Amino acid sequence: MFTPLPSPEHLRSHPNQLPDAVDLSLTLARKGEALRAFVTLFDGRAREDARRVRDALTRGESLPLGGWILAVKDNIAIKDQPLTCASKILDGFRSGFTATAVERLEKAGAVVIGKTNLDEFAMGSSSENSVFGAVRNPRDPERVPGGSSGGSAVAVAAGWVHGALGSDTGGSVRQPAAFCGVAGLKPTYGRVSRYGLVAFGSSLDQIAPISTSCARLFDLLCFMAGVDSMDSSSAHVPPPMRNGGLARLNHALRIGLPQEYFLEGLAPDVESAIRRAVERLRGLGHHVCEVSLPHTPYAIPVYYIVAAAEASSNLARFDGARYGWRDPAASTLSDLYEQTRGEGFGPEVRRRIMMGTFVLSAGYYDAYYRKAQQVRRGILDDFKKAFAEVDVLITPTAPTTAFKLGEKLDDPLAMYLSDIYTVSANLAGVPALSVPVGKDRQGLPIGLQIMGPHFAEERILQLGAQVESLTCEGRS
Amino acid sequence: MPVTKEDIQRTAELARLRLSPAELDDMTSTLGKVFQYIDQLHEVDTTGVEPLHHVLEMSNVMDPDVPRAGFTREEALANAPDRTEEYFRLPRVVN
Repeated sequence: MFTPLPSPEHLRSHPNQLPDAVDLSLTLARKGEALRAFVTLFDGRAREDARRVRDALTRGESLPLGGWILAVKDNIAIKDQPLTCASKILDGFRSGFTATAVERLEKAGAVVIGKTNLDEFAMGSSSENSVFGAVRNPRDPERVPGGSSGGSAVAVAAGWVHGALGSDTGGSVRQPAAFCGVAGLKPTYGRVSRYGLVAFGSSLDQIAPISTSCARLFDLLCFMAGVDSMDSSSAHVPPPMRNGGLARLNHALRIGLPQEYFLEGLAPDVESAIRRAVERLRGLGHHVCEVSLPHTPYAIPVYYIVAAAEASSNLARFDGARYGWRDPAASTLSDLYEQTRGEGFGPEVRRRIMMGTFVLSAGYYDAYYRKAQQVRRGILDDFKKAFAEVDVLITPTAPTTAFKLGEKLDDPLAMYLSDIYTVSANLAGVPALSVPVGKDRQGLPIGLQIMGPHFAEERILQLGAQVESLTCEGRS
Repeated sequence: MPVTKEDIQRTAELARLRLSPAELDDMTSTLGKVFQYIDQLHEVDTTGVEPLHHVLEMSNVMDPDVPRAGFTREEALANAPDRTEEYFRLPRVVN
């Protein structure tokens, strides 16, 4: 697809063109308004940043990400800007600080042009649960872009920005990347600081980059990653070294295909695209074998208990007292809480808060929450065993390609099951990547998922780059 | 375990969520189906398995005890839906 936006590399070596490129990016995003990918555009701030970066590059400052134009999901804080989480309850709210990941990318020279639309509080798999209206897929506007980071995936897929930040709690970056035909990486839990990311499931959440290639994801990751004193769960592991960028994979890997990911429910076109890619990887010299992750069938139940429990605790702070929207009709304090929350949250968020409160309530805690945490250990142990035998795992990212708007909106369980291949990586904390691997017979993009051991992002991105080169050859 | 309307009502009170009667019914039926699916967890034998709270299994992360600047009062009050000069304003609690 023709992308009129010049590449970051070009802009870095021609800094004088950067302000025009940022203008172009803003114009393209405006022209594409019907897709509802953006909720805020930063006109003034972005143009000012573009001039500042241009001047710095012209002066000879190194600014390794100078030339990059980015979008940021609107559940990630940027100081003095609106932070809506696509929710009525945050109407009018402006953030008092900037997320560490954004701050690091901006410090390296990236320019952010605005905030993207999402499922309210990142709860959803279609980007339809938004107070701003449903996001649409640029490949087919009658279809969803996936979710919850739909706006970020659309902004990249449409060619309006070079990259975007999303958040991935159960697949919210990988599934929209797959549905829109772009690349998305969920880093290892703790790899990227969560400071400034509005908390949903704190033991699962990661800020996650989306871009057009694995090499570009690597560039972003190198600057986002690393320990942060503002997030005590960030890992004391040095970020990958960028040096000359993502290196070519120069040795054979042992690739595992988890048999539980190729069972009923998987669309035939998706399965054959994955198997074809795996065969071609085998042809390049990689060793492929079947492995088993026996707890896989329980991943969705465990995920929806753990994520909902953590969400119900995290979202307790939205009470209409200190910030955000407040129901003006409330006359007592308890009415104020109940009415503000009852009306301020949308239906899916209310559902998750209810599920979470229920599984944590007296009498159900052991049967649900504790049980889920026990089975979660089984899921982690499955991965540990698998990674003792293979270097990476390859699976589909999602069981189908992009579905129609409204198709699953009234059936929460069907919507939850669209995350069936992505939630395990969050439960186990392992890094996971989605790369495009061709199209189905309707011309809709298919995503291939690569998972690796904790902190093996570089390895899975290198293999992902190889998958990209295969599909390029396949098309020509 | 079947989810009853009473369970849902009680949970809504715990969660401080005002639900309309129609939504209460709807929530009872939707969450009923979701929990029916979730109940397959009980097939797994987890006798003696330690619950997993955190994948990296870190604990007691300490910060140096050094004061640093936080929000000023004005910054903290900037997003208040209702306020006085110095405080958040809420409906009267004690009559």
